[in-house]
Amino acid sequence: MSVLVFIDHADGHIKKASLEALSYGAALAAKTDGTAEGIILGTVNEELAALGKYGVKKVYQVKNESLNHLDAQVFTKVIAEAVSSTGSKIIVFSNNLSGKAIAPRLSARLKAGLVAGAVALPDTSNGFVVKKNVFSGKAFANISVSTDIKIIAINPNSYPVSAGDGTAEIADLAINVDPFKVKTVSVSKSSGEVPLTEAEIVVSGGRGLKGPENWGMVEELAKLLHAATACSRPVADSHWRPHNEHVGQTGIAIAPNLYIAIGISGAIQHLAGVNRSKVIVVINKDPEAPFFKAADYGIVGDAFEVVPKMIEAVKKLKGVA
Amino acid sequence: MKILVCISKTPDTTAKIAFTDNNKKFAADGVQWIINPYDEWYALVRAIELKEKDPSTVLHLVTVAGADADPIIRKALALGGDEAIRVNTDSHDSFFIASQIASVAKQGGYDIVFTGKETIDYNGSSVGGMVAELLDLPYISLATKFELNGTAATVTREIEGGEETDEASLPLVVSCQKGMAEQRIPNMKGIMGARTKPLKVVEPAATEALTTIVSFETPPAKAGVKLVPADNPAELIRLLHEETKLI
Repeated sequence: MSVLVFIDHADGHIKKASLEALSYGAALAAKTDGTAEGIILGTVNEELAALGKYGVKKVYQVKNESLNHLDAQVFTKVIAEAVSSTGSKIIVFSNNLSGKAIAPRLSARLKAGLVAGAVALPDTSNGFVVKKNVFSGKAFANISVSTDIKIIAINPNSYPVSAGDGTAEIADLAINVDPFKVKTVSVSKSSGEVPLTEAEIVVSGGRGLKGPENWGMVEELAKLLHAATACSRPVADSHWRPHNEHVGQTGIAIAPNLYIAIGISGAIQHLAGVNRSKVIVVINKDPEAPFFKAADYGIVGDAFEVVPKMIEAVKKLKGVA
Repeated sequence: MKILVCISKTPDTTAKIAFTDNNKKFAADGVQWIINPYDEWYALVRAIELKEKDPSTVLHLVTVAGADADPIIRKALALGGDEAIRVNTDSHDSFFIASQIASVAKQGGYDIVFTGKETIDYNGSSVGGMVAELLDLPYISLATKFELNGTAATVTREIEGGEETDEASLPLVVSCQKGMAEQRIPNMKGIMGARTKPLKVVEPAATEALTTIVSFETPPAKAGVKLVPADNPAELIRLLHEETKLI
């Protein structure tokens, strides 16, 4: 089936989550004897033809600079028109923040079944069944989509980026862009740091660190590992750290390759936000901390003694003085 | 000003997640049900704050569920809101649910529709966007702040690595997350008052679901933690480097 992948970008660069979506879309097309194409709204400072190495044959671009900001209503209309002109049958998004804004609207507009939070390629042996995360990472559901057009939003960090050779053909799509009803007035980004939801490694601190003045070692370890920093709910609620660092059931759910939890006991609500991490490391002085049951590696010990030694070891490994 | 808040019934955050009927159904026996935390703590409480600021605001709640959701709706009404509407049907398809909410919203002519950013059971994060599309309204997702000045809304939403502040005119659909408001506990006056607030039950509009759940799976159990002695953190770093190859 013909697959169309939505390519998301910010600050002139294509997001890693979209490279995953492109790789997923290409594998899906290969599996269903179709071709994979991409669509990008707005403009970037990257060579779009190079996206061919992720397996897309063609990239459609709607070159309108107003589309460098997101208005889900306008984006949906543009993508819906592109779907009808390209005849695509499966639309793939990353289930990142933009995907969550656009994919549901597109689903309702096209009456196309949506699987949001997919974690694997569909099983096409009997219909079209896609596995997705449910119950905040505590289970999976297999969802059957029977509509003619199907939409899959793949969870970030669930499908590996696979790059080979190839060049994509670039085609300009002339689609009328409606005036925005949502106007962006300001954007603030924490500069120089790794965004939490995109980070491959996350270093996180809990109440065991006793106070905000002790976060220096968390930040230092994170910096050395090129990691993002996070925290547990009590830490955010006590205003030791900003609320946008709170991971857990009611905060942000993340799925990094490596999650290092320091002084976090691992309440079930916290686990719900991090249990999709590939490898979990727990540092806690309480051997009974429930987090050890969910961990891959652990140290039962005092964070104030263990973490500085970890920092030393990482510095040695990376050859940093 | 008329505000509609969408609420959903979900298992308690500490509920055991298991399945019955050949892994086709969630094992609901003995499960405590709560208002989906994102709907309650953020969407509903922010709407209540707006009503407290402008008491002429009409605040309605809507849920798409069977009669077993009534205790949850009463609990929501105990926090605030003038009346609740329950669309009497059970479904796990976001489009079906969104269509029901859109139908209620169309009849009510609301200025703002608030949803939580997702439910903690099906994690679709889809209903808000679908409702917005069905109503042909602007949609701001994953909002962390919402301010109103007449009919102009200033909304802050999460973006990768930061925040973006947007402006839009009402009517508007907004999905809410942490930052919007602080959790509240219903007081006795609210609980007593909720008993007599109207809870209207309406039958579902004719719509087809776009997806069906075939089965559930639970993830394979972890192999167990590999403990490293506390006096040798360098060994942990070596394992992470050599075994996992992640650092």
